[in-house]
Amino acid sequence: MSTDTITAPPTALDTLDILEAEAIHIIREVVAEFERPVLLFSGGKDSVVVLHLAAKAFAPGRVPFPVLHVDTGHNFPEVIRFRDETAQRLGVRLEVASVQSYIDDGRLAERPDGTRNPLQTQPLLDAIAAGRHDAVFGGARRDEDKARAKERIISLRDEFGQWDPRNQRPELWSLYNGRHLPGQHVRAFPISNWTELDVWRYIERERIALPPLYYAHEREVFRRDGMWWATSEFSQPRKGEQLERRLVRYRTVGDMSCTGAVESDAADTASVVAEVARSTLTERGATRADDRISEAAMEDRKKDGYF
Amino acid sequence: MTATLTNTTLFRFATAGSVDDGKSTLVGRLLHDAKAILADQLEQVAATSRDRGFAHGAFDFALLTDGLRAEREQGITIDVAYRYFATGRRSFILADCPGHVQYTRNMVTGSATADAVIVLVDARKGIVEQTRRHLAVVSLLRVEHLIVAVNKIDLIGFDEERFVEIELEAHRVAAELGLSGAHVLPVSALEGDNIVDRSERTPWYDGPTLLELLETLPGLAETASADADFRLPVQLVLRPQGGLSPEIRAHQGERYRDFRGFAGRISSGTVTVGDRVEVAPSGLSTTVTGIQIAGEDAASATAPQSVTVTLADDVDAARGALIAAAGTAPTGRREAVVELFQLDPRAVTAGTRVLIKHGTSTVQAQVVEVLSRRDLETLALDDIAEALAVNEIGRVRLRFAAALPLEPYARNRDGGSLLLIHPADGATLAAATVIDEP
Repeated sequence: MSTDTITAPPTALDTLDILEAEAIHIIREVVAEFERPVLLFSGGKDSVVVLHLAAKAFAPGRVPFPVLHVDTGHNFPEVIRFRDETAQRLGVRLEVASVQSYIDDGRLAERPDGTRNPLQTQPLLDAIAAGRHDAVFGGARRDEDKARAKERIISLRDEFGQWDPRNQRPELWSLYNGRHLPGQHVRAFPISNWTELDVWRYIERERIALPPLYYAHEREVFRRDGMWWATSEFSQPRKGEQLERRLVRYRTVGDMSCTGAVESDAADTASVVAEVARSTLTERGATRADDRISEAAMEDRKKDGYF
Repeated sequence: MTATLTNTTLFRFATAGSVDDGKSTLVGRLLHDAKAILADQLEQVAATSRDRGFAHGAFDFALLTDGLRAEREQGITIDVAYRYFATGRRSFILADCPGHVQYTRNMVTGSATADAVIVLVDARKGIVEQTRRHLAVVSLLRVEHLIVAVNKIDLIGFDEERFVEIELEAHRVAAELGLSGAHVLPVSALEGDNIVDRSERTPWYDGPTLLELLETLPGLAETASADADFRLPVQLVLRPQGGLSPEIRAHQGERYRDFRGFAGRISSGTVTVGDRVEVAPSGLSTTVTGIQIAGEDAASATAPQSVTVTLADDVDAARGALIAAAGTAPTGRREAVVELFQLDPRAVTAGTRVLIKHGTSTVQAQVVEVLSRRDLETLALDDIAEALAVNEIGRVRLRFAAALPLEPYARNRDGGSLLLIHPADGATLAAATVIDEP
């Protein structure tokens, strides 16, 4: 990251320069004003970008907070591997909250539809409380969803982790008000103003490593609800669903039970950037079954304390 | 979405209008015609529009920005919504501000960082009281560009004479409120006239379309004067001894053994290695020995980049300090007159104790006196006021428990903007801009 070459003086700053400067400013504000921040880190592209920005914000020092993953137990194994390697490479401590252990001991019950995304909320809130984390970084972006479009950059959560969208603090200039009472915490979203395309262009510019399933690869898949699903112990073709081998990639990386793939031959970052720029579907619309439940699916989960 | 594989600049704008001016339709139309609405979003809007009794193929564009359940149920916009789109030239951040409920709060929030504000006017009604109030906020926050979109031009039969009347009135009111150079254009958000494509039904209008304006007006980042005085509010001091990043430790550990860097985002001007700087509040002068932009070495850096600088001397500069070009640091002030935008239902009055957030400092403060309240139609300060209630704007004198390096907002945005915070529950009570010089 840090080199001995001297770059030329900047001319006009482009969109990525401005977004990067804004994100680093936010990350530093949170570290300066809170005692025990933590970053939600799934190994997905958005949280990888936030971690990369954090590394830049504190260079030549290391990232001064741990990362937390809420593991549904249905994650792609290659993403879990990537998560562990990345934390180790950057020297950050990895905390894992396991949905599986909540199901095993009866604190949570499996849903009839098999989706574990909504089950992440309780382990997340418990992990925040156990770690006494007063600020929780996330890679959520406002362009992902219309409930997220109303989200603040620094967003207060009450003692139950709830988001109250009708009573948010106005956020002006670059002045972030993170005051909170004991028991409350804030969620901090440094890449709020980035779009999916900005994220990919930044990954390309910075040569940021990602889990391989973001790039085109051959996989055994079947078609359901207009998406391609990988076969795994959590998702099997039903009667009438044909198993086939296709060239696919993932636009979002979540639970295997609710994340679909898209057909793609984009095998490198430049091709993905071009593909995203041409895309006619949003990333969540294209690949997330959990957001298709209702128009307010994300809002309802966020109110309950989801990220 | 138009492909944007080349570098683009970033432009932030806000939209404001009264109820029924067609603001949501305008935003929807702009996003739709700029091809920023993707198929699945449009499908969702179309389905919900059908459920609500819209004709087949017609869209209730408000559904695109009214993201909360309560908003869709009540058909009103409660809170500022942010939308993103890009053309070949620019990336845009749009803050869609509701015009009726809590309009000051939302307008102030949406406009504070905007390069431009679009104020909607209904062609059938012309400039109304609400328009004047929106323009007043635009003026007080010193937004660079004002666009007045005279909407529903189709409903007055594309009447040039009527448009010119409204245009003159808009310029007159804007001038009264201290705004110059307003861009006034005739549009139909519903039909798409002059939004993205030039309308054939307004042959008498030869100005730019709305999108052309947004693509070509210079943004704050482009107009920020490179010769403005350098200012770097210190966010934190990086002293990574013992905590070097593993990648750095392996290759350059020795170089950073005694590293002490001042991290922050440049709020104005440019800094170059070798520059003389002074540190407020200590007043000590020193020289810049190194600059890193987002972790990488650079010879110079400019606003609004996030940097880490190293200094030649061991000066006292903790969070809250300001590093400024030598001889330019603002005087620390314990008192100031500010324009106050009251955002919380708990009114501010003489004696109110608050916390003030300014730059990277938070200090205790007290409202010494309320000087006046503004008439939001004329901006006149002739009211005698005891208190400022929610959504009111006025002038107050503040006293701070510690000196702050304040500058008039008109000269330096970051140096002149403040938040007033409730000391007990932490709510943001008000926003304020510094008016006076020491």
